[in-house]
Amino acid sequence: MIIPTLQKVGIITLHACEVKKNTMSSFPDSISFKVGIYVNSLVNWLLHNVSRLFEAISEVSIWILLKIEIFLYWLPWWFFLLIIFLIGWKAKNIVSGLIFAFLIFLIGMFGLWDLMILTLGMVLTSVIISLVIGIPIGILMSYSSKVNNIFKPLLDAMQTMPSFVYLIPAVMLFRLGKVPAVFATIIYALPPVIRLTDLGIRQVHREMLEAAHSFGSSSWQTLLKVQMPQALPTIMTGINQTTMMALAMVVIASMVGAPGLGMEVMIAVSQLDIARGFEAGISIVFLAVIIDRLFQGVAERFKYPE
Amino acid sequence: MSKVKVENLTKIFGRNPKGVLKKVKDGISKDKLLAETGHTVGVNNVSFEVYEGETFAIMGLSGSGKSTLIRCLNLLNKPTTGKIIVDGKNIVDYSNKELKQFRKNKVAMVFQHFGLFTHRTVIGNIEYGLEIKGISKKERNKIATEILSSVGLEGWEDKYPNELSGGMQQRVGLARALANDPDILLMDEPFSALDPLIRREMQLELIEIQSKLKKTIIFITHDINEAFKLGDRVAVMKDGIIEQIATPEEILTSPASDYIREFVKDIDKTRVLQAKHIMFKPSALVTPRDGPKVAVKEMQKNGISSLFVVNHERILQGLVTIDDTINAIKENQSLTDILIHDYHTTGPETYIKDLIPNAGSTKYPIAVINENNKLLGIIVRVSVLSSLV
Repeated sequence: MIIPTLQKVGIITLHACEVKKNTMSSFPDSISFKVGIYVNSLVNWLLHNVSRLFEAISEVSIWILLKIEIFLYWLPWWFFLLIIFLIGWKAKNIVSGLIFAFLIFLIGMFGLWDLMILTLGMVLTSVIISLVIGIPIGILMSYSSKVNNIFKPLLDAMQTMPSFVYLIPAVMLFRLGKVPAVFATIIYALPPVIRLTDLGIRQVHREMLEAAHSFGSSSWQTLLKVQMPQALPTIMTGINQTTMMALAMVVIASMVGAPGLGMEVMIAVSQLDIARGFEAGISIVFLAVIIDRLFQGVAERFKYPE
Repeated sequence: MSKVKVENLTKIFGRNPKGVLKKVKDGISKDKLLAETGHTVGVNNVSFEVYEGETFAIMGLSGSGKSTLIRCLNLLNKPTTGKIIVDGKNIVDYSNKELKQFRKNKVAMVFQHFGLFTHRTVIGNIEYGLEIKGISKKERNKIATEILSSVGLEGWEDKYPNELSGGMQQRVGLARALANDPDILLMDEPFSALDPLIRREMQLELIEIQSKLKKTIIFITHDINEAFKLGDRVAVMKDGIIEQIATPEEILTSPASDYIREFVKDIDKTRVLQAKHIMFKPSALVTPRDGPKVAVKEMQKNGISSLFVVNHERILQGLVTIDDTINAIKENQSLTDILIHDYHTTGPETYIKDLIPNAGSTKYPIAVINENNKLLGIIVRVSVLSSLV
């Protein structure tokens, strides 16, 4: 009884749609403007004319990446676990420390230790470069409303653009491998640290700034002795978010040939290997949780009594 | 001597303060200016002088421009026009470098909400100014520790400001300002955020500190009682204009406008007026060398029944009554034989409220003397008691 009624309704609606569709309801093909090709030629132009710059960026990031990887591979595995345990203990409590160390131990037992180190290496590199770029930009934004007006929409775009999109120019500029992965990751992970540095500095109480100025502090002194320490808890939150986003992006960046846990997931997906995909996936979750909790614990230490 | 001299100071907030200056000078109202041009007048053509070692209170309600004014004095607000002359130099013309030197050495500020650096310990806060001055760690720690104990904060060095009560936080604020040893102390409603009991305690402490240090203090408040209590002179502000500058007694006895009259209506006069304001020069005095007969004649002439006896340097010797003097004539005694001493004496700066119990318990006038026992004036009971109504 009900089904025929529904069908009727369906038919009626279908008819209504068809009736409505006249010549003005679809956008005319004759009015067309493609912005994509300009972006394309911009990337091409960059590639041909400023390749030196990209080589330099490439070399710097490879250098940092290499140092970090050498260090991480130099650490004995049990020492790595010990460090995780100790930081967890200091930052939160002894139980957390044990759990964190055990989770990392699990990753090792999955046979994903080396891949984890690769992933961590890329995350650390991206985060370090992001901070070096992001914190000064954040400071500039908080100081000048002009800089703020320029960067706000840029940051919005950076955050809303699907993360895959960054991979295309990254590959064109840096070919395949770790460098385009790090590059795309930096772009994707940069906004939080910039935004929260800006916010943290803007939030400093006006009277506190007046007090600093009233004692004859220079702008630098005010920044270093008052604004930055006051903004530090907020900046720490930004660094945490940046790190989390970097981890997410490094996984996606496996599409352009970045080795690590992400690559493992990719392979598992292409082979429909549930077991392999789950182990790699859960390892990424473990890493994310541990990094987040450790950061929160450390950030807590930076707070002053309220 | 004038320490700070402000001449025709105007501060306008907005996009183009200089552009609307003429309108302000022509006397446009505050509201109209805001509606027409979007500019706000903070301070409007204000002139005053603050003397060295004086506590100058600026009193006004919120929006009267008092906080804007005090921020002009260390150029946290840049004046739109006008001069601020400190020690003979117009600080408005200072270069960036000179301004920093001025702030480091001459002036310090205490804030309404304390403005303490919550990421620094108490001692770290007090050291801040010294740190900016470039004083060595050891030296500034020594100075800060000294100041710390002078404001009664021993043992709290390593606490963070937010662990302290409001009163203690403002002690830190005061200590931080004093640590720099400034000539001029700017205090922007320093005690407004404190509860009444703590406020009174802090006021007394400030008076005590000031009696030792003799800084030039410019003190902002919205509380007329506080202004009268602390200020040697008081400026009353309304809508960016100073309505009256005078001593508390002058404001009390001759308010310049209805606005001020309304303010002082509720003031307890006995807390403002001092002995010197209600005493009068004794019309009749005798010296011990004068005989009793002279004394009787003086009393008769002035219609009084007792007389203060002073020596030729006006040092107070005692008091004689009409009964004793007549007796003395009969028994051939001199005035020194019949001197009595059970009258009250007081200093010229005693508040009337403290004289009231005395005035109630004596039948003789109260003698106002200085520290050398010199008689400055007398206060008859009626003038003390009448100030109560």
